Amino acid sequence: MSALLHVDNITKRFGGFVALDGVEIEVARGERLGLIGPNGSGKSTLVNCICGTLQNETGNVRFDSQVMDGMSAHQRTHRGLARSFQLPRPFHSMTLADNLRIPLLYTVHARSGPLRSPGDLTDRCHELLEMVGLAPKANQMPRDLTQVEMRKLELARAVAAEPKLLIADESMAGLSNSEVEDILALLMRLNERGITIILIEHIMSAVMKFSQRLAVLVSGKKIADGRPEDVVRNPEVVRAYLGE
Amino acid sequence: MKSVTTAKFSLIAGAIGVVILLIAHAVGVDYLYFASYTILQFIVLATAWNILGGYCGYVNFGSAAFFALGAYSSVFIHKLYPLPVPLLIVIGAMVSGVVGLGMGYLTLRLRGSFFAIATLALAVVLQTLVVNWDFVGGSRGAYIIRPEYLEIGSFKIPYIEYLFALMLALAIIALVSARTIERSQLGFGFATIRDDELAAEACGVPTLKLKLIATAISGAFMGMAGAPFPYYIGYLQPSSAFGLEYAVNSIAMPMIGGTTSWVGPLVGAVLLGSAQQYATVTISSAVNLLIVGLMLVGFVIIAPNGIVGLVQERLRRKRS
Amino acid sequence: MDISLDLLINAIIAGLLLGGFYAAVTAGISISFGMLDIVNIAHPGFVILGSYLAYYLNIHLGIDPIIVSILMLPFFYALGALIYQVYHLSFEKRGQDALRGLAFFFGLLFVTEVALILVFGVDYRYVEAAYIGPSLHVGFVDLPLRMLVPCIAALALFAAIQLFITRTFTGRAIMAVSQDQLALQLMAADPIKIKRIAFGLSIATAAVAGALLIIIQPVEPSVGREYIGRVFAICVLGGLGSMPGTLIAAILLGIVESLTATFYGPSWAPAVAFGFLLLTLAFRPAGLLGR
Repeated sequence: MSALLHVDNITKRFGGFVALDGVEIEVARGERLGLIGPNGSGKSTLVNCICGTLQNETGNVRFDSQVMDGMSAHQRTHRGLARSFQLPRPFHSMTLADNLRIPLLYTVHARSGPLRSPGDLTDRCHELLEMVGLAPKANQMPRDLTQVEMRKLELARAVAAEPKLLIADESMAGLSNSEVEDILALLMRLNERGITIILIEHIMSAVMKFSQRLAVLVSGKKIADGRPEDVVRNPEVVRAYLGE
Repeated sequence: MKSVTTAKFSLIAGAIGVVILLIAHAVGVDYLYFASYTILQFIVLATAWNILGGYCGYVNFGSAAFFALGAYSSVFIHKLYPLPVPLLIVIGAMVSGVVGLGMGYLTLRLRGSFFAIATLALAVVLQTLVVNWDFVGGSRGAYIIRPEYLEIGSFKIPYIEYLFALMLALAIIALVSARTIERSQLGFGFATIRDDELAAEACGVPTLKLKLIATAISGAFMGMAGAPFPYYIGYLQPSSAFGLEYAVNSIAMPMIGGTTSWVGPLVGAVLLGSAQQYATVTISSAVNLLIVGLMLVGFVIIAPNGIVGLVQERLRRKRS
Repeated sequence: MDISLDLLINAIIAGLLLGGFYAAVTAGISISFGMLDIVNIAHPGFVILGSYLAYYLNIHLGIDPIIVSILMLPFFYALGALIYQVYHLSFEKRGQDALRGLAFFFGLLFVTEVALILVFGVDYRYVEAAYIGPSLHVGFVDLPLRMLVPCIAALALFAAIQLFITRTFTGRAIMAVSQDQLALQLMAADPIKIKRIAFGLSIATAAVAGALLIIIQPVEPSVGREYIGRVFAICVLGGLGSMPGTLIAAILLGIVESLTATFYGPSWAPAVAFGFLLLTLAFRPAGLLGR
């Protein structure tokens, strides 16, 4: 079976700065991929190029055997790519429930037609909030949330779009150990339901536990890709992380 | 609070409209018709502005241009072949809507401020075009003789009463549309654009398409408000069609009333509109506009959510 | 239409002179909009305010308009710093700069214009100086001093800003604000203070631009509106915040407008800037020199 996501030789420049330099990555259906790299190594830029927030200059992105290049971000979301933002970006003027209603209205409906009744919609929002433990706050506004809750909302909103591939961009930064476990368990459950997941994370214990495969990005180049335990012993990776 | 369905709301709004019409007819003072026409016209303009500005967060400084497009479409058609005013309103809506769409297409893909700047420049350019176009009167202006009466069969309705009724209907249509949009999927989409466009795209919201829809609807309503204007004023000059008061009022009214719901522009237009009608009689129109400008600056600094926001705040505090 | 070579060359030279002046009007916008990302649409309002102050002091005390504008620099700078402080506290800090910040500047533009109407009326006003009237003649080329003097003054202002920005610590900090917040922190500069200085500077240029405007043409309060399209067209075409780009774009617009006025009539000139602006936004939103 062909891979779900094909990132082929993509390059992205900002002015003279090369943020991504010929990056290639493949992700198989149902896989759990960990993506690590020091700050500024281009991880978020890669996510932005895959999701259509930025347009790459060379190379192409294929998803579910479709070429994504030239497609806008919402078109990619409709085709089954969803992401959470590194810094949560909730819709500030809406309640938590309404925040989740947006991907349901605009992506799930666009994909399969408006099958749900308004009642179903509300139920689905609550189900999603339940999943991340925010159900009691359904009618509150995002400004009432803690940073941790904000990250959970961000993740729930990405899941609401019913993606084939979920890219979780540093969903765990600043969380306590037990909260990290919660999020990991949640991601594992989603994966069991057949969602392919790319996890971008700094917390190595979480990455090691979660990932079936690990890719490392340094200065816009992929320097390693393979079994997690092999990758962390790779001398080049060790050097990148610990300095020369 | 139980929410009222759109059908019910339209009925209520329609009924209020009929009552206003009957009262106006009973009073039957020409000056009142003229004054209330202006206020209704501002309700349409403020509501239209708010569909793009308040709901999506994109500022249109060119309200006067869209209004004038409607007005000059009517003048143009009047010179060719006089059509009934309701038809002119439809034509004015189409012309302004299409211009809005075109401008939006060119500038809405870029950052928000570019759109605002382009609308600001649009007014200057359309005015230049009109000043140089003799067919619609050029810089001298165009006379449109308003018939004394509208005759339907044996009925004779004073023309100003007819125009007033049309503008009342337009105001009701604008308010009902705004409220319907607010509660629909479209309205939710607009709000995501105002809050965070990147996140909206990531949730699958086609932001460019929605912005274009908003620009077209907003522009169309402004064109509708302008279409009957030549008949109302009788003598249309570029400087009155592109008047400063349209540009500033259609921003100031929603900003002062409150931008997040249809109530805000209505409150702002009624308050500011009647105050200006009253003040023009007592003080000069320049002082009048100065006050509106100062109020706009004051409100955006001190009460960013407008009068409606202040009232909501008060209610919330009382409850808790 | 008979396009004679004389007319063409004279039109181009008039456009060059006009473009130099446009560069002075746009300099402030290049700083506020281009570098600080503050959409100060009220800028032309302050330019007109500068014109009226030049007019008032020129008529009553007989001071040369350019000297008036130099005397006014500190006041305009203080006004700009004050406006930035209000803008920062009310909008930037609350994260509401997009919608409400624009409405704020629109309100300022409007209030300035109406206040000028109330004080001075809607009649055209002009200044008196020895260089208004006579022309230099070089062959068939006509160089009206009324255009030449403002152009030279404008270029001097422009050069001074460019020197300030590239050669002084504060100037480089302003550039850093626009490009790289991290670099600014490394320079140990307070971004709010730097922005206040920069905005003050941008409004100060309006004093000079205003005096030059009223040397070139008689002024009435609503003239400012014609400049909104122009300055933003130039600023965007010049590539937001690039001073050399701004100068090139200003001269380009000046020449095209002058040609339009010569061959189609002056009443069409305001439309040229808008055409420029739309074409730029549609095809080269990164500006002439942009990549």
